[in-house]
Amino acid sequence: MSKKFSIVGKEVIRQDGYAKVTGSAKFADDIIFTDMLFGVMVRTHVVHALIKNIDFSAIENNPALTTIITAEDIPGAKKVGPIKKDQPVFCYDKVVTSGDVLAMLVGKDESELRKLVDNVKIEYNELPVVTDPENALNDNTPLIHPENKTNLINHYPLLKGDVKKGFAESDYVIERRYTTSYQEHAYIEPETVIAYPFEGNNGIKVIGSIQNPYTARRVVSEVMGIPLADVRIEQAELGGSFGGKDDTMNILAARAAVAALKTGQPIKIKFGREESIIESYKRHPYRLNYKVGFNSDGKIKAMKIDILADGGAYASMSPFATWRTVVQATGPYEIENVETNVNAVYTNNPYTGAMRGFGSPQPIFAQESLMDEIAAELNISPLKVRTINGFKAGSITASGQKLDEHEVSFNKVLEKAGAESCFNVKWNKYRKENNKIDGNFIIKEKQKSNNFILNENQFIDPENTWRRGIGLSVSFRGCSLGAEGIDAVTAYLSLQPDGSIHLSCGLAENGQGLRTTFSIIVSEVLGIPIEDVHYLNLDTGHNSDSGPTVASRSTLMGGGAVQNASSILKERLKKVFYKYWNINKDCNLIFNSGLITYGNGNKKITFKELCSLAYNDDSNMSTLGLYAGPKVDWDEESGQGNAYFTYVYGCQVAEVSVNISTGEVYVNKVIAVHDAGTVINLLGSEGQVYGGVTQGAGFCLWEELNSEEGKIKELNFDQYLIPTCKDIDEIKPFFVEGNEKYGPWGAKSLGEPTLELTSAAIANAIFNATGVRYRNLPINLEEIILLRKLRPDNLKRGSA
Amino acid sequence: MSHKIEFILNGKSVCINTNANRRLLDILREEFQLTGTKEGCSIGECGACTVLMNNKAVNSCLVLAGQVNGSEILTIEGVAKNGLHKLQENFLMAGAIQCGFCTPGVIMSSYALLLENSNPTEEEIKEAIAGNLCRCTGYKQIIKAIKDTIS
Repeated sequence: MSKKFSIVGKEVIRQDGYAKVTGSAKFADDIIFTDMLFGVMVRTHVVHALIKNIDFSAIENNPALTTIITAEDIPGAKKVGPIKKDQPVFCYDKVVTSGDVLAMLVGKDESELRKLVDNVKIEYNELPVVTDPENALNDNTPLIHPENKTNLINHYPLLKGDVKKGFAESDYVIERRYTTSYQEHAYIEPETVIAYPFEGNNGIKVIGSIQNPYTARRVVSEVMGIPLADVRIEQAELGGSFGGKDDTMNILAARAAVAALKTGQPIKIKFGREESIIESYKRHPYRLNYKVGFNSDGKIKAMKIDILADGGAYASMSPFATWRTVVQATGPYEIENVETNVNAVYTNNPYTGAMRGFGSPQPIFAQESLMDEIAAELNISPLKVRTINGFKAGSITASGQKLDEHEVSFNKVLEKAGAESCFNVKWNKYRKENNKIDGNFIIKEKQKSNNFILNENQFIDPENTWRRGIGLSVSFRGCSLGAEGIDAVTAYLSLQPDGSIHLSCGLAENGQGLRTTFSIIVSEVLGIPIEDVHYLNLDTGHNSDSGPTVASRSTLMGGGAVQNASSILKERLKKVFYKYWNINKDCNLIFNSGLITYGNGNKKITFKELCSLAYNDDSNMSTLGLYAGPKVDWDEESGQGNAYFTYVYGCQVAEVSVNISTGEVYVNKVIAVHDAGTVINLLGSEGQVYGGVTQGAGFCLWEELNSEEGKIKELNFDQYLIPTCKDIDEIKPFFVEGNEKYGPWGAKSLGEPTLELTSAAIANAIFNATGVRYRNLPINLEEIILLRKLRPDNLKRGSA
Repeated sequence: MSHKIEFILNGKSVCINTNANRRLLDILREEFQLTGTKEGCSIGECGACTVLMNNKAVNSCLVLAGQVNGSEILTIEGVAKNGLHKLQENFLMAGAIQCGFCTPGVIMSSYALLLENSNPTEEEIKEAIAGNLCRCTGYKQIIKAIKDTIS
């Protein structure tokens, strides 16, 4: 790379690290007010019902109770939602899912309040429960939200070319069906929020584990019926989010706000793990049907895709998450004829919304599995089928976007990953070894029964139970929000007379390391030590609304805003320098190591002195930097348009061991090659890869959450299994750093690409190891051995 | 019913009157404002509440006040003495922290390991922190930080 930096791209220690290793970092539950009251939820006992009556008479005189909050206490909007306003803050006419809340008990002693919950008598008129998304649009299926007249949340079509013609011209046509499960965010910090009224009840302050403070502010403002400026949201240290502390937290903020203004006291709501899993949204389970036509040389001619997303009881982010799906469903391949239909539907299941990846991990699992199925059909290498079809500079995407505005690094990431992993050699070796056992260990005739007694020829050699395999997957991903919404960020930068700096941004630190990344950018532009940059926590009263901290947009958009703010102040400081040294024209000044120098170095001044001079010269010491994304467009009818202004590319290779007697899959190694543009903090970028790959492996292998008759069975970490340190051996990140014109020095997105690729790479490796194609996530023990899921009993999912 | 519970907390003798079935986690957070010890699952699965009890790592959500009587407790707040402990420094250097919510618990498990075994193997390191769930880091940089501490 020709880019030369003093700090960008190096391993930089987190600025908030000291507080986090000493236990002094303040998360929301660590904040206590002396006159604080607690809010405890009264939840529905049933999944789908009309509410006939709520009777509090058994508890209303209890001394533990200060007040009860219901929908009747809400001064403003009773229903909220990011796109469709379909989610009640407190249910008042009907309940539609098992996490629904009808009231909140408020009092001093949280544990005493919890004892009262069961004494609230709720009478229901129960309705049939809709659990199968495939039935959601049937005529006789009850409507979840009757006012919508349909259970359809959204339908996105996409049409390019003529698929009929494409299939007719294909040598081969195959059809495959894939399914994915819910994924719980499983942030280790459960949801917590505190609200307190300002003096004289003039507005409300909320502190909490809130991912998107501006969204929370809008929701609280709507629910309270007060101006945005009367609501101040402050982010506490956030204990993980991954897209998950959005809708749920906004509603909790609103509940706390209603109670705080009613009582005039601070209110804390603190979820335990079970409540967190019951009420919070999840990643959408998808059913994906792919039909693909291709020629014997490996060229794909046509693809027809039908995807059904279970949106659960509320629309939440379904319309946006599934829009990303329709844009990216064909993967990073140029295909002449495409027809895609993506539907998101309402059911009475737990609702689904944003989670790291956001509508991409599911189609990538399907689509990248399918690429290997094509390769297997033609008996060619997985690398070859991808090279033949992959995007190149100037390729046209399924939505008709010409890729000529950024470096299309498809081949770069594929080649790097192939070389680093010795892919072809290993893939051929394992395939040969494993052919011997293909069909020998899967108990084919026992698939559908619970008879686990083996025939003589089905015994497995106990010395030879582990099989090795390697697999890969590639993706392209649109950066930032795309045609989803308004895309602009501001950053505030303020020089102090002693040369120290205040920095803040309208985007939020969710644990990913944004404070440090942004501080590095200031440090690079102004040539000062990063220790001199003091990051101010996000408070909606101090920054301007910069949209949500989502879509891997922080480094690209927020970083751009910070870079612009730094450049503005740099220009002002230059003018002070010229005045000091009596220089009459603009010239090249070097800002480095806390020193500003001109020419051969005889005219110089320290950064600290320059700030002091600027201050004494009545300069404007503060500025806001703005970064706005270029315009994008989308036609909803045809599914055509320039969906995102730039894209990133990544390739992951997984090497696994499969125990064919127990069904265990151990991940030996994942090589993750990403072109995320310029790397700002190497330590943080590697951290994104390690964490993303691990979550992706969890999605693929272990994490299973079931809704049985609308109720979740896996309510804590004893049953919902997220990866531990013992499940994955080696993860090796590589950054290829392609050229990019947007973002700070061409830095773009990394957080989500790291997760979205892993499940397909592992599934392909399992195929290489076993000769069996598993199309239903998670590929857990029973899926490997029995080719089906054990729960729920009536579930039709599984490879059998 | 209230009981007198005496124990040593981060090197100092302390005494409280509390219910014998109160959780150590709540005693630390509520009585002593030692909020570095976190609650993530309340059933001993996530390890965020890990502290040392008589030099062994325990989930403080599963330890009751009665058991604490007469014992020696070390929390994350007691780890740094005259500057950061080597483990804490290496957590910073290796990038073993993201959101930081699990971090105190992981450091306490690692601390207990090193008290017992000054030169653990990678497998022993993994075994020691297998009860600490982290959703951000993928554990790689955590394992590196512990390895760097022993070498």
